[in-house]
Amino acid sequence: MRTKIIIISAITLVVVAMSVWMGQIAYSWLPPQASAEAVLIDNLFSLLTAIGTFIFLGVTGAIIYNIIVHRAGRYDTSDGPPIEGNIKLEIIWTAIPLVLVFIIATLSYQTYDKMDLHGPTEIAHLPHMMPSAYADTGLSSEATTNIEVDSKQWAWVFHYPDKNVTSTELHLPVDQRVHLTMRSQDVIHGFYIPAFRVKQDIIPPKTVDFEFTPIKIGRYRLRDSQYSGTYFAAMQTDVVVENSEDYDRWLNQAKRQKPTPAPNQAASEYAQREQKDAIAIWDTVVPAPSPMVNYHP
Amino acid sequence: MTTLSNPQKITKETPPKWRKYFSFSLDHKVIGIQYLVTSFFFFLLAGIFAMIMRGELITPEPDLLDRTVYNALFTMHGTIMLFGWTFPVLTGLSNYLVPLMIGAKDMAFPRLNAAAFWMIPVVGILLAISFLVPGGPSQSGWWAYPPVSLQNPTGNLINGQFLWLLAVALSGVSSIMGAVNFVTTIVRMRAPGMTWFKTPAFVWTVLAAQLIQLYGLPALTAGAVMLLCDLTFGTAFFDPVQGGNPVLYQHFFWFYSHPAVYVIILPAFGIFSEIFPVYARKPLFGYRVVAVSSVVITGLSGIVWVHHMFASGTPGWMRMLFMATTMLISVPTGIKVFAWVATIWGGKLRLDTPMLFALGGLVNFVFAGITGIMLASTPIDIHVNNTYFVVGHFHYVLYGSMVFATYAAIYHWFPKMTGKMYYEGLGKLHFYLSFIGTALNFLPMHPVGLMGMPRRVASYDPEFTFWNVLASIGGFILGISVIPFLLNMVSSWISGKPAGNNPWRAIGLEWLVASPPEEENFEETPIVISEPYGYGKKEPLTQNMG
Ligand code: HEM
Ligand SMILES: [Cu+2]
Ligand SMILES: [Cu+2]
Repeated sequence: MRTKIIIISAITLVVVAMSVWMGQIAYSWLPPQASAEAVLIDNLFSLLTAIGTFIFLGVTGAIIYNIIVHRAGRYDTSDGPPIEGNIKLEIIWTAIPLVLVFIIATLSYQTYDKMDLHGPTEIAHLPHMMPSAYADTGLSSEATTNIEVDSKQWAWVFHYPDKNVTSTELHLPVDQRVHLTMRSQDVIHGFYIPAFRVKQDIIPPKTVDFEFTPIKIGRYRLRDSQYSGTYFAAMQTDVVVENSEDYDRWLNQAKRQKPTPAPNQAASEYAQREQKDAIAIWDTVVPAPSPMVNYHP
Repeated sequence: MTTLSNPQKITKETPPKWRKYFSFSLDHKVIGIQYLVTSFFFFLLAGIFAMIMRGELITPEPDLLDRTVYNALFTMHGTIMLFGWTFPVLTGLSNYLVPLMIGAKDMAFPRLNAAAFWMIPVVGILLAISFLVPGGPSQSGWWAYPPVSLQNPTGNLINGQFLWLLAVALSGVSSIMGAVNFVTTIVRMRAPGMTWFKTPAFVWTVLAAQLIQLYGLPALTAGAVMLLCDLTFGTAFFDPVQGGNPVLYQHFFWFYSHPAVYVIILPAFGIFSEIFPVYARKPLFGYRVVAVSSVVITGLSGIVWVHHMFASGTPGWMRMLFMATTMLISVPTGIKVFAWVATIWGGKLRLDTPMLFALGGLVNFVFAGITGIMLASTPIDIHVNNTYFVVGHFHYVLYGSMVFATYAAIYHWFPKMTGKMYYEGLGKLHFYLSFIGTALNFLPMHPVGLMGMPRRVASYDPEFTFWNVLASIGGFILGISVIPFLLNMVSSWISGKPAGNNPWRAIGLEWLVASPPEEENFEETPIVISEPYGYGKKEPLTQNMG
């Protein structure tokens, strides 16, 4: 009995250690943490990975143990012990998932509340219970940058109303909360920046508000996340997070430029397609004309 | 013995065995096998589409297929896998097994049963025709979200999307007919003495799953009909240009299509519950709780659908509400997993092919459940929603668990269905290829999704190449894995060793009759006197048989 307890405790310790370790590794599976929201989400993900690893190792460990130890011999046709149930055990393992789920749901709620994404608020708004993400970082929780996002098949266009600048590349000042007003001209598009961990569908004909705070200077990728037709995969662009001087410089420079048609992958692929007569090509919606913008890469 | 002298006799003679499978038979066993074989044909077809897609995804550029073709392929892959494979194959298994397991001579409505089956080939024909109409098949994904699904670049009245909607609606009608039949059969036709807590766990799960079909399918069908009206007759339920609301469609769609995942996984749970006791030679641990938790899942599954719309037009309070209900489902599910592990615990394990598939399916399901909880957590879902992480998650459920359970069931009941034994070596080869292929194909989808690769893309950024190459190799292994399976089934059926009535020494009414069973199943209606799964106990199952 004594040795059995020691062995079980040792195994449990190893499994706990491995779970904690996986929880730490989990951060490395994710893109750079380029927004205040990303930090919150990653912490939650790390915790769930640790819990998940523990459960997975526990269950598969039990199965493998039995496969090794309790195989029937070749000519053994006897039965196992006819144990049909155990009320105490069954109550315990109903309680364990209940408690776990309660904890995970509470933490998820707190994380979501702190993110304060805005997003669609029709019908009713969730009252705020937690200080938002910016309380911890010392950043202002008031959005200072307002940008209009225009999506269409298949291009992103960003409009900076203060300076009346348009661009197909999204520039953002670091450490400032941004407020996006997003619209779609045709179908549902999904605004998604993996490095920021934020995503929001843009549903026509509504205007969708969205907020987040970039915290790391760099160049990231904005992708369409909601399937939007033929050239969906090509509906991508860059997001440039820079310090306020660089940001202002870029904005002023762009303002001086005359609008020109931006290069557009959907449009150019479509043009080529009209020329080649391959066999298996089916009809497609014609891409919207290349957007006219002050700035494009 | 000349046949000429007795022409009357000739017409009465039963047709050659194989021919009955091509007839409008009313025998639930024939219909069951018709479903199984037809659905397997769809499985192979949709699998070929999947391998072509994985071929495209070996490199980042869209170089193998035109984007329109890729989009049509993933649309048809998903559609055919769900409406041509998962539902029909499980209906087929249930059709074959339920009457035998409950001691009935047939389903409650044999004619309805046959009619429901014969709609499935029609669904297949409709989808096949859609490849031939100008403009090609639907390219809007198996969700068919408007406004994308309302865009009709061909301008034709008969187009791929139109045929797709007809096919889905027809498949829904067929499933509703099936559900009425199953529910009636299970509620009304159990043998004398078979109280609810003497009914096998598989039958419980079929009942739970079919109840979902009854309450869920009307919503899907209504959504499909409204979309068809928008597409074809200019109504504006969902078209934003004319004042419609595209999110409304998402509610109709997921109100059915989330519960549908339990229509798929519940019978798989039932199969696990049948197989573990036989190959561990122990009673199903906590049988009553396992049985009742199926019905609890049916109830909860109706109030979680918005977790598919966390990043859609869903306000915060609704996101939080549905996060909570979704997470609750893991409680009855967890109970089942624990019960299976306890059933195996300390048993006399025999690792025949059905047991291998059941164990592999259980391990895969545990993995899928863990990523499922992550998806249920709204903040995490906001990052990984519509990325390959989700694709990895549901393929672990659908391939790793449901397909594995289906294979387990086919191997386990093959001797009963055909009277022949399958070849164990080929079966094991099939299992190992499937298990390795599943891991290699679907595991890499999780990291690449976390990195931010969206689903449904024909091309991707070069940073995602490594994981995609691995996944494609896994996909091809899965393609190869069906070869030993097909070889095994065909050759064993023709020339396998006779199996006897109960080669596994299993307990259950279906094992008390001949293999294959006579037309009317039971010469004498069995009278059930004990709970199922009496392994290790010496009590008989019935009073008058075996
Ligand atoms: C039981 C069998 C299950 C099946 C057959 C299944 C199947 C699926 C499918 C097909 C999707 C993808 C929908 C899409 O196309 O985006 C999905 C997503 C999802 N699943 Fe499961 N699932 C199962 C279990 C679970 C469990 C146990 C949970 C959580 C407790 C869960 C939570 C989710 C969530 C939250 C999503 C939405 C993810 C998203 O769209 O971002 N699933 N599942
Ligand atoms: Cu888009
Ligand atoms: Cu769901």
